[in-house]
Amino acid sequence: MRAPPALSASAPRNGSRDSVSGALRRSASSSSTAAAAAEMSASSAFIDEKGGSASEPEYGHDPASGGIFSTDYKRHDDLKEMLDSNKDSLKLEAMKRIVAMIARGKNASDLFPAVVKNVACKNIEVKKLVYVYLVRYAEEQQDLALLSISTFQRGLKDPNQLIRASALRVLSSIRVTIIVPIMMLAIKEAASDMSPYVRKTAAHAIPKLHSLDPEQKDQLIEVIEKLLADKTTLVAGSVVMAFEEVCPDRIDLIHKNYRKLCNLLIDVEEWGQVVIINMLTRYARTQFLNPNINESLLEESSEKAFYASDDEEDEDKKAEAATLAKRKPYVMDPDHRLLLRNTKPLLQSRNAAVVMAVAQLYFHLAPKAEVGIIAKALVRLMRSHSEVQYVVLQNVATMTIKRRGMFEPYLKSFYIRSTDPTQIKILKLEVLTNLANETNISTILREFQTYIKSMDKDFVAASIQAIGRCATNIGEVRDTCLNGLVQLLSNRDELVVAESVVVIKKLLQMQPEQHSDIIKHMAKLIDNIQVPMARASILWLIGEYCEHVPKIAPDVLRNMAKTFTNEEDIVKLQIINLAAKLYLTNSKQTKLLTQYVLNLAKYDQNYDIRDRARFIRQLIVPTDKSGALSKYAKKLFLALKPAPVLQSTFKDRDHFQLGSLSHLLNAKAAGYQELPDWPESVPDPSVRNVEIPDWSKCTSRKDRKEKKTEKPFYSDSEGESGPTESADSESDSGSGSESASASDESGSGSESEESREETESEDEEEDEEKEKKRKKRLDKTKAKKPAEESAESEQSSGTEDRKRGRKAVKNQKSASESESESESSESEDESEEESEEESESDTDIRKKKTPISKQPPKQSKKESKKERQEMSLLDLDDFEPAPASAPVTPVNFLSSSLVSDLEGLSLTNNILAPTTIAPSGSIKMYELLHRITVHQQHQLRDQKPAHRGAQAAVWDEDPRVHRDRRVSSR
Amino acid sequence: MIHSLFLINNAGDLFLEKHWKSVISRSVCDYFFEAREKAVEPDNVPPVIRTPHHYLINIYREKIFFVSVIQTEVPPLFVIEFLHRVAETFQDYFGECSESTIKDNVVIVYELLEEMLDNGFPLATESNILKELIRPPTILRSMVNTITGSSNVGETLPTGQLSTIPWRRAGVKYTNNEAYFDVVEEIDAILDKSGTTVFAEIQGVIDACVKLSGMPDLTLSFMNPRLLDDVSFHPCVRYKRWESERVISFVPPDGNFQLMSYHISAQNLVAIPVYVKQNISFFETGSSGRLDITVGPKQTMGKTVEGLVVTVHMPKVVLSANLNATQGTYNYDPVTKILVWDIGKLNPQKLPNLKGSLSLQSGAPKPEENPSLNIDLKIQQLAISGLKVNRLDMYGEKYKPFKGVKYVTKAGKFQFIRSAIFLSDKSYRIATLCTISLIF
Repeated sequence: MRAPPALSASAPRNGSRDSVSGALRRSASSSSTAAAAAEMSASSAFIDEKGGSASEPEYGHDPASGGIFSTDYKRHDDLKEMLDSNKDSLKLEAMKRIVAMIARGKNASDLFPAVVKNVACKNIEVKKLVYVYLVRYAEEQQDLALLSISTFQRGLKDPNQLIRASALRVLSSIRVTIIVPIMMLAIKEAASDMSPYVRKTAAHAIPKLHSLDPEQKDQLIEVIEKLLADKTTLVAGSVVMAFEEVCPDRIDLIHKNYRKLCNLLIDVEEWGQVVIINMLTRYARTQFLNPNINESLLEESSEKAFYASDDEEDEDKKAEAATLAKRKPYVMDPDHRLLLRNTKPLLQSRNAAVVMAVAQLYFHLAPKAEVGIIAKALVRLMRSHSEVQYVVLQNVATMTIKRRGMFEPYLKSFYIRSTDPTQIKILKLEVLTNLANETNISTILREFQTYIKSMDKDFVAASIQAIGRCATNIGEVRDTCLNGLVQLLSNRDELVVAESVVVIKKLLQMQPEQHSDIIKHMAKLIDNIQVPMARASILWLIGEYCEHVPKIAPDVLRNMAKTFTNEEDIVKLQIINLAAKLYLTNSKQTKLLTQYVLNLAKYDQNYDIRDRARFIRQLIVPTDKSGALSKYAKKLFLALKPAPVLQSTFKDRDHFQLGSLSHLLNAKAAGYQELPDWPESVPDPSVRNVEIPDWSKCTSRKDRKEKKTEKPFYSDSEGESGPTESADSESDSGSGSESASASDESGSGSESEESREETESEDEEEDEEKEKKRKKRLDKTKAKKPAEESAESEQSSGTEDRKRGRKAVKNQKSASESESESESSESEDESEEESEEESESDTDIRKKKTPISKQPPKQSKKESKKERQEMSLLDLDDFEPAPASAPVTPVNFLSSSLVSDLEGLSLTNNILAPTTIAPSGSIKMYELLHRITVHQQHQLRDQKPAHRGAQAAVWDEDPRVHRDRRVSSR
Repeated sequence: MIHSLFLINNAGDLFLEKHWKSVISRSVCDYFFEAREKAVEPDNVPPVIRTPHHYLINIYREKIFFVSVIQTEVPPLFVIEFLHRVAETFQDYFGECSESTIKDNVVIVYELLEEMLDNGFPLATESNILKELIRPPTILRSMVNTITGSSNVGETLPTGQLSTIPWRRAGVKYTNNEAYFDVVEEIDAILDKSGTTVFAEIQGVIDACVKLSGMPDLTLSFMNPRLLDDVSFHPCVRYKRWESERVISFVPPDGNFQLMSYHISAQNLVAIPVYVKQNISFFETGSSGRLDITVGPKQTMGKTVEGLVVTVHMPKVVLSANLNATQGTYNYDPVTKILVWDIGKLNPQKLPNLKGSLSLQSGAPKPEENPSLNIDLKIQQLAISGLKVNRLDMYGEKYKPFKGVKYVTKAGKFQFIRSAIFLSDKSYRIATLCTISLIF
């Protein structure tokens, strides 16, 4: 009969194969025993049915084919019996048969009560199959599905992580609205599970719950926020996927995890990499400046205006723009660089989706000079499966329009092979056409010529179109192409001729005077060509340029009038058109013909043609009724028409994120997130820092000279703070740079102070010390500077106080991992606004001061160079704890920033020895606050002793808590 | 992400469906069938089909369409790549990915699909993790299972799932520890009639079969790594080491896998092993034609060319061929219009030749296109690019493994001849180009 089912999971006795179908039939007619039915495996049942239904319908098995429902009932009866039995093997057999039914799309929902009973079965395979069944039918049988819930709840507490995870998976996959609260609870619990695998499952469950009940969004966002802070690679991809589905617009949640994601990226599994890279592309578009900004500035002359707005944000820029009145050299944000650097090796991934994701990231984010590296990888993908080629070629086509140079070296990789599927051929043709320029056009044209001989007619037509496009784009070869196309007019294949006619028509429109012989030649062709589009094109050409062919044109019209009734609609319209134009230029010869044609058209079946005839008659035949328009008929018809622009269909497609479904379809797909435009100016870096607990989002073009002196301060917390270590180490540079900028400011330090203040907001201790410092400095500035300055600083310190109050509240919340996410973000927003206001007011003042600060900016440039070098030397894997990288000198960060402030005041670049500062009263207050939050943490921990490990893991992941602890223990 | 999956065979029967979110009626596949009909050839079905409420992303593999249903924005390559991974997993489990094997193992297929995606997002696609979760069917195991009643579903979380090297499971043990590497190279070339290379490139892969106990850390180095222009790696390879030292350092997956693939595009490095002299012409009158093909060795580096097969795609009007081969056998299939000439080993002393006449359909116009010509061949013990493995070192384990590197030579894919009209000079000129693709 067939090969023994050796491969099937649980093989029945091989000899009984024939008797199996026999048994089947028996079970259909007379209710056979469960034992008999148990002999068959699900797979054999599947096969028998398929095979059997051809020769002899097996009513018992296939309700659709049989249609005898009573027998169908009986068969399900014996399945039920098997499910009710005590033997696991019988249950397994039954479940396998049921799953086979589901796989074929047969309805097995009437077995629900029998199946759901087995959800607590000990046999893990039975259990899994029951899960499969449940997920499939729970939505239809909500009430019965509830019976299984308690089992899952028990499963959630199982010591085996696989069982915990699968219980959560199934629980969250059952789309029963009533269990939403249970799901929510389960997700929350699983999000702090010890096992990263369970946490990953929790991340997967988030979008499920969200789609079931969108009202849970706020709570889910909290879970997402928590999981985003997870440091394991296993979770990262899944949680970003959840983020993308639930709250893709909450870009603020990413800030603090940005560096971690960048650094983990290479170790995340492939699918997660794709999702993370796509998300980070969007993120970077909102947070960094366009790296090609200078080039775009060259083109536009809005340089000045641009800087004016930019300056408000960034003191460096402003200083330069004002003093040098020159273009500011663009220096990439280190975070921007980090992203580009960490994604680059992934171009070597075996997974085409990852390569494409990196390619689009580079295309959208990288400076022009660096985008080229993706070409090679994309060309490599072209050797993959044809579906992959299809998608890649679409993207390459879009890229070639924007950045032609990138793919020029790989021109030959786009040559078409006769074995390519047509859709691939046409896309390759598109790419080749886009790549054509003066230097390679001859090669490309020669290649095109070979394509015209292909047997694939669609492809031939596309090739001819492509030649036409090359001809319009590259003036030098226009005549060559035209000659070639004219030669094609004598081709034996009508399709080739027709397509050539259409293309020639477009080309001729560019310079009709020189080519009246071609028009004549084409006029002769009208007798032979039957393809409507081509006929219509010829007629249009003759009509349009009837003055070039005054003798032939009326004759053509005469011929066409004869065959008018048999023509296709588009041809008829063009005959009317031709008649009208001839009537206007040569009414003597064609008056009667025109009237004849118009009369024919008047009684045509197609109303478009009737309408057109009526319209044209009114226009060209002067009657007493005809209005003023007929005077202008000639102008109307024989106006100079602009030549059509033969454009690529891929033009401007790059406003869709490349590699996305929307890009492929050239239409917005559901759930597509727009790729934001680059910000006009750097999103205020200081505001960005507020949201980052590791205050690591340092801004660009600032030196890291002070890095080393500051490091030690962080290194105490480094060991504990898991995922944010690298962020910590980098953050030093950020703060260092601020101090540098402060020195650049030469006196206007209060502003940079302001921004730093925000950077470090969650670190109360620092806040206070700074506060003190500020007071000191304020005193100094007051003494030193005129009234305007002091007014400014007073203003800023005022706002600052307010802000700090708010921040304290916020910190408390975040420390206790609170719920009111939205609130905190609100307050963040406010602070953003505030800081902008401040910076604006600052700049006003600074403008007057800038001349003084000529010297410092230069220095900072030098320093920034140094910093860049350092960056490139940095290890890609620098997310590993690297505590010893900087010499440990116990210098307080705050004091050094104070130092820089002081430097700023004194206009020197020497780093003063850090001064020690005695704590003031306000500090204590904040300490108290923090003790409270820490207390809460402790309580939290005590509540769940069972999950202590997991809690500890979470603990580790929140560096804020450490600092808080440190504060309290002081 | 991926909502549902439908498997459809070449005849248009939908034989398996799986939903990861709520059920989508299989009637959604009607849009696919429509596109399938329009496309004529299965290759030409657009990979992405838009329907009013869904998007269908499909791949065609082993005569099966894998049609997935998408509802929201997702990178199409993500889905395509995943579907291919599904097909590969089936192949891995059942030896081949065909309709009958899928039907025979429908329960395992279902369990696999359940593990591979969760809510439409890939969960476990690494074959070694899957194999711990769901054991592949073997005769022995199914016997044991029926006797002992144990199942082939794993009860604990695969070790790989939690580690940073998900491709390898812990506790692998072998009595014979061995590691084999096959360097397989393939040339794609376009040659014109005079034999000059218009375009040539080498695509190579290194397939590995590693059966080593424990957690070995391997380092593979090449004599001439500079040759490698563009490489892509299995995720186990450390990118950094490659970039800095040009060595391949990795903890290998257990069993067979493709370690890397590379690409050499510099034309001067690509040697063309054979040349073809061919003359196929059709007479203006008499509805007949003449064919004369000779194959000879070119740059074979002293190795023998084997398994030489020439395939000619004749124009539709060619009814039959009456030829004479000095070596090997030829066969013309009048239905597919393909002439196959199986030469075998290439003897440089006596060049194989195929000569004779072609008869055309009477009354039909002389075919314009020149027939395309494909070549298959094999060369043993040679990597045409000259790539050589230097050494393989193992760290992390004490035992001494048996190591082997093979430069595999297999049959190549194709070569074709094209004719062209040159638009610039008004006369017709025939240029013949051929593409050779060989596997070494």
